[in-house]
Amino acid sequence: MNDKLLEIENLSVHFHTPEGVARAVNGISFHLAAGETVGLVGESGCGKSVTSLSILGLIPSPPGRIESGKIMFSRQNLLDLDLESLRKIRGRQISMIFQEPMTSLNPVLPIGRQVAEPLMIHQGLSKAEAFEKAAKWLDYVKIPAAAKRLNDYPHQLSGGMRQRVMIAMAMVCSPKLLIADEPTTALDVTIQAQILSLMNRLKDELAMSLLLITHDLGVVAQMAARVIVMYAGQVVEEASVTEVFDRPFHPYTRGLLKSIPQAGGRFKSRVKRLSEIPGTVPPLTDIIVGCKFAERCPHAFDLCRERQPDLWRIQEEHRARCWLKEHPECRRDIV
Amino acid sequence: MSDFPLLNIVDLVKHFPLGGGIMAKPKSWVKAVDGVSFAVSRGESFGLVGESGCGKTTLGRLILRLIEPTGGRIEFDGQNIGALNATEMMPLRRRMQIIFQDPYSSLDPRMKIDAIVTEPLRAIQSLTRSQRQTAAAELLEKVGLRKADLNKYPHEFSGGQRQRIGIARSLCVRPELIVADEPVSALDVSIQAQVINLLDDLKEEFNLSYVFISHDLSVVEHICDRIAVMYLGTVVELATTEDFCISARHPYTRALLLAVPLPDPHRKTEPFSIEGDVPSPIDPPTGCAFHPRCPCRFDRCSQQKPPLTEAADGHFVACWLNKGRGLENGE
Repeated sequence: MNDKLLEIENLSVHFHTPEGVARAVNGISFHLAAGETVGLVGESGCGKSVTSLSILGLIPSPPGRIESGKIMFSRQNLLDLDLESLRKIRGRQISMIFQEPMTSLNPVLPIGRQVAEPLMIHQGLSKAEAFEKAAKWLDYVKIPAAAKRLNDYPHQLSGGMRQRVMIAMAMVCSPKLLIADEPTTALDVTIQAQILSLMNRLKDELAMSLLLITHDLGVVAQMAARVIVMYAGQVVEEASVTEVFDRPFHPYTRGLLKSIPQAGGRFKSRVKRLSEIPGTVPPLTDIIVGCKFAERCPHAFDLCRERQPDLWRIQEEHRARCWLKEHPECRRDIV
Repeated sequence: MSDFPLLNIVDLVKHFPLGGGIMAKPKSWVKAVDGVSFAVSRGESFGLVGESGCGKTTLGRLILRLIEPTGGRIEFDGQNIGALNATEMMPLRRRMQIIFQDPYSSLDPRMKIDAIVTEPLRAIQSLTRSQRQTAAAELLEKVGLRKADLNKYPHEFSGGQRQRIGIARSLCVRPELIVADEPVSALDVSIQAQVINLLDDLKEEFNLSYVFISHDLSVVEHICDRIAVMYLGTVVELATTEDFCISARHPYTRALLLAVPLPDPHRKTEPFSIEGDVPSPIDPPTGCAFHPRCPCRFDRCSQQKPPLTEAADGHFVACWLNKGRGLENGE
C-alpha cells in the first residue's frame, strides 16, 4: 500500500507542568492508507488521545508542545501549516468525533445549526441550502423525523442521538479522514452496536479512512483492519488485526488480551481466574531508561532495564518493541 | 446459619417525584424501580445488568436503605429492614456494605487512608485507636496495598489503588453482603482484571455475598452465579450464569448479548443492533416496556405487561413469547 493518506513520523508531544515534563507521546510513527480503518489501542495515559489531538493541532499550548516529528497528510506537513490553512483542513478533510457527545456539542445552539455550520464555512452554501443538506444528513444517520428536529437543542436528545449528531457534523463535508476518539465509550451496548454499524456503513459509502481510538479490544476486533498498540507514549506493537489477536508478540499486548473477561455465552467454559498485568502504568513524568513496560513484564531480563528496545519487524507488516525479538531464549513459559 | 436467604426482596418499588414544589403535587413520577423481587443466598454473587436508566443503581441503594422505597419489602436475614428505625438499623448496617463506582469521588480527599478505612469501625464498634489501626493495616495488605499507605491521602493513588481502598473500607466491619455498584467500570482493562480477581479472592476468604451491579455483561458473567437483567425498572430475565449464556430467552437479553463486540477478529459479524433508544421511565410504554424495540412483538405485548414466570428450573422470564415451563419459545 503506497497511497498513505496520513503518515506520522517520530512525533513527540510533551507537556511542561509544574511537576515536571510529562512525555505524553514519545517518538511515535505510523501511517494510515486511504480507505483503511486503523485502531489505536491503549489504556488511559498511553498517549492515544494526545496523538489524535496533535493531528488537528488541538494540543493546548502551553503547557503542551510538539517537540519533534512530522504529520504528513496528503503530502503536506500539518505541523508547518498556519492556523488559517489548518482551519481549511479541519472539518473538511479531517474530522473528529469525541468521546463525550454531551460536552462536545454546543448546548445553546440548535443541532441543525451545528450540522449546517461546516457546510456554510467550507462549501460556501447559503443558510437555506446548508440547512436542507443538514436535514438530509441527520436523516442519513437515522435520526427519526430529522427535518423537524433541526431546531432541537442537544439536551433534548439522548446520548446515542447526540453521538449521531456528532457523526453527521463530522461527515457533512465528506472528509478523507475521520478520527474517532472513543466514540462509543459513553454509550450503552445496544446503542454502541448501532453507532458502530453506522460508522462502518458511512466509511464504506464515502471511501473514508478511519482512525479509531479506543481501549475496548472488542470494538477494535470488529472494526479495524490494522491495530496499533500504545504504552506509555510509545507504539509497542503494530500489526493486522488478525495478527494482533492470533499471534500477539509484545508481552503487554498478550497481557491485555488475556485480561479481558470473555463475554457472551458463546464461551461455555468459565475461566475461574482472569490473568492480570501486575502493577500500574508509570507516571509520564518518570524517566525510564530501558523498556517502559519492564517493571510489569513477566519476561523482563537485565537488558530490558538497561536499554530501550526498538520497534522491530516480527513479520511482514508486524512490528513489536520488545527485546524478546533479539533474545527469544529469554521468553518464559507462562501459564 | 438460618433458613432465610440472606437478602430477600419482594415487589420493591421506588418512584421519584418530578416537578411540583413544597406545597404543590408532583407533576409526574420517574418509575426507577417498579416491582422487583428476588432473593440472594449466602455466599452467592448476584449480578444486576442493564443499560443506563434501568434502575439498577437505585435498586442497589434501596437494598442498603440508603434511600427509602415507595413500596415493597426488603428482608435481610429474615428481618424486614423497612420496619426498623435508624438505631435498629445500625447493627444491620455492619453486615451490609457498598463499593461505589467512581474511586475518585467516593473517597474524601482530605482524609488520610487510615481514617477512611477505619471510619466504619469508629461508627459501629468500640475499639481503641490502636486496634483500629491494626485492623486497617491488615485489611490494606489483604487488598494488595502496604501498611505505609495508611498515612497517605487519596490523591497519591491511582484509580485501581483507590478502588482497593474503597474495598478495604467496605470490608473493615466484616460484612456479609456487599453491594458493588459498577466497581470496575472506571478502570482500565489490565487494572480491571486485578480488581475482579481481588473481589473473587475476598469473597472466598470472608464468605461474602455480592450484589454486583454492572452494565458490562462479560464482567458480570465472570463474577456472578446468577444474573438478573433489568429494563426500565423491572427484571425481564433472571437465570443462572450458565443458562444466561447458553439459553437466554428474553429478546432484550439476546439483543444485549449480541450487541457486545467480541475481541475476536475472525467473528467479524456486524454487531446485531436493536432499533431505538431506551424509553423514558417517566412515561414507560404500556404493556411490556420493551415492546417498541422488540423484533418479536405482537398485539398482546402492547396491551398487557408480561409477568416474570419460571420458564425452566430457576430460569425466570417476563415475556409473552415464553409459554412457561417445559415449552419452547413461540417464535
